[in-house]
Amino acid sequence: MTEVRVEGLTKAYGPAKALDEVTLTFPDGGFFGLLGPSGSGKTTLLRAIAGFVTPDTGRIWLGDQAVERVPVEDREIGMVFQSYALFPNMTVAENVAFGLEVRRIPGPDRTRRVVEALDLVQLGGYGGRKPSELSGGQRQRVAMARAIVTRPRVLLLDEPLSALDRALRVDMQIELKRIQREVGITTIFVTHDQEEALTLSDRIGILRDGRLVREGTPRAVYDDPQDAFTARFLGEANVLTGLPEAGGLRLADGTLLPGVTTPAIALRPEALAFAVPPPDTPHRLQARLAQRIFSGATGTLVLDWQGQRLKLTASERDLLDLPAEGSPLWLHWPAAAALALRDAG
Amino acid sequence: MTRAERIRALGLLAPAYLWLTVAVFLPLSAMAFFSLLTEVPFGEREWSFTIANYTEVFGNPVYATLLWKSLKLGFWVTFWCLVLGFPCAWILARMLKGRSREVLFLLVILPFWSNALVRIFSWAIVLRGNGVLDRAVNAVLPWDVNINLMFSEPAIIIGLVHSYLPYVILTTYLSLQAIDETLIEAARSLGARWPRILWRLVLPLALPGLIAGAVLVFVPVVGSFMEPRLLGGRFGTTYGTLIEDQFVAVFNWPLGAALSFILLAVVLVILAAASPALRKAAT
Repeated sequence: MTEVRVEGLTKAYGPAKALDEVTLTFPDGGFFGLLGPSGSGKTTLLRAIAGFVTPDTGRIWLGDQAVERVPVEDREIGMVFQSYALFPNMTVAENVAFGLEVRRIPGPDRTRRVVEALDLVQLGGYGGRKPSELSGGQRQRVAMARAIVTRPRVLLLDEPLSALDRALRVDMQIELKRIQREVGITTIFVTHDQEEALTLSDRIGILRDGRLVREGTPRAVYDDPQDAFTARFLGEANVLTGLPEAGGLRLADGTLLPGVTTPAIALRPEALAFAVPPPDTPHRLQARLAQRIFSGATGTLVLDWQGQRLKLTASERDLLDLPAEGSPLWLHWPAAAALALRDAG
Repeated sequence: MTRAERIRALGLLAPAYLWLTVAVFLPLSAMAFFSLLTEVPFGEREWSFTIANYTEVFGNPVYATLLWKSLKLGFWVTFWCLVLGFPCAWILARMLKGRSREVLFLLVILPFWSNALVRIFSWAIVLRGNGVLDRAVNAVLPWDVNINLMFSEPAIIIGLVHSYLPYVILTTYLSLQAIDETLIEAARSLGARWPRILWRLVLPLALPGLIAGAVLVFVPVVGSFMEPRLLGGRFGTTYGTLIEDQFVAVFNWPLGAALSFILLAVVLVILAAASPALRKAAT
């Protein structure tokens, strides 16, 4: 089993740095999600670990082997591409067998492992088909089987689900997680879909402009984002800024939030509650109800506070007794729900 | 299709069919007619119908020998076009971009734009004894060699390969360009090195282009006469020059026409025999 580690990884394309001193450990057997907006360097990082991108400086460790100078072919990785990249001239079984063929695994052993891999992704019996005869989800599974059948040291997934439609994506997320648990290969996957990252990963890393902004378990990062970028990028957040005073944070409308020592806080939309009469707590704001959005089981209130739009989400049945749009409304929250941010983003 | 649609489709197809009739069907029919005559029906000549032209061809082994020679010529020219064309197409499709690709493309297409006779005579200047090639090699090598390729089979093949290489390069270029780069990355991630990627992935995916190119080269080369005559000299008697002689020198159009039809039939039989394999490879 293999722990993957990158140290001080830097890659510049002209003046733009795709990777800027990234140091990160991907735990052995874990499912690590790399997350970031487009251009954040997450794909470059994945391709550097794969060997398609040569870093300018820095080290890449697969287990205890430094691989910066090892070509892709010798790194013993498994990779799943966004477009699946199945070989169209080969059948499903031949696709899966390709890596074994390269390793000169003898015929009977090869056949057995191909069957096992296809069974694992629940495509037993599809071996004789051509990739063109499969649906998107099935192609995705074949790509997965092809990548794991060689028992690679690390499994790299480049936006593996983004070509699928939403319902299928959710199914495949569960499936992907199951397969990864069964084979136990260290897995690194890139996505721009934060929900996907939260669902799948044991740990996540958030990249921005080639730098690693944050790293941790999904829950730890979600519950304590620490900076406004992470707060907004991972889930939704209402960021309130003000001036720190001795007694707390003074907001633009004069409200003093006691106990806050940082210049900004983030409030998750689901942590907010509303009231028409002033609630009996210092953790409150008076805003104006701008819009009410129905979206099935949950509803969203859009509120206007000092020209800033705030969002509140709640179960639909908690949003029944609302004043008319345009009326004033108090927002309040438990003190622990105010997430301290070191910057305002 | 409704009646109106059918009429419209017919109207749209009419120019193409008219053109095919005038350019292909009528001349071929005329040739088929000639091939069954005893004499060219021009002027005062007496003529009647006969199949003697065909029996003559089948009865005399010289024709079969020459046909076999031409088929072998077609095979070797096609072979060299594929061997040389594939790397060229690869470089054009996968390694070059922008201006350098355009320049190379121009060089590839240049033989198409130059007059065939001029092209062949330039090869004659290069290949003959004490010619460009001979002098160039002797200028480099410390010992004396005598290179005179003129009037030999290699000379014919060189000239024909030069004329027909662009077809293979262009068709192969198209199928190579369509190969998704991530397929190659995927193969590399699975541990495959270049020879295997080439053999298992690139060649099979380029096969439709290679086959199209091979057919485009093989068919006209089997009937070629200009390159064999000018570069082959007395080695250059082929089935193609034989047909040309019937029309130009001997003025035996009926025999020439019969020879042409037999060539057409043989080429069609070869393509038909190969087509199951070709179709399988192309999918």
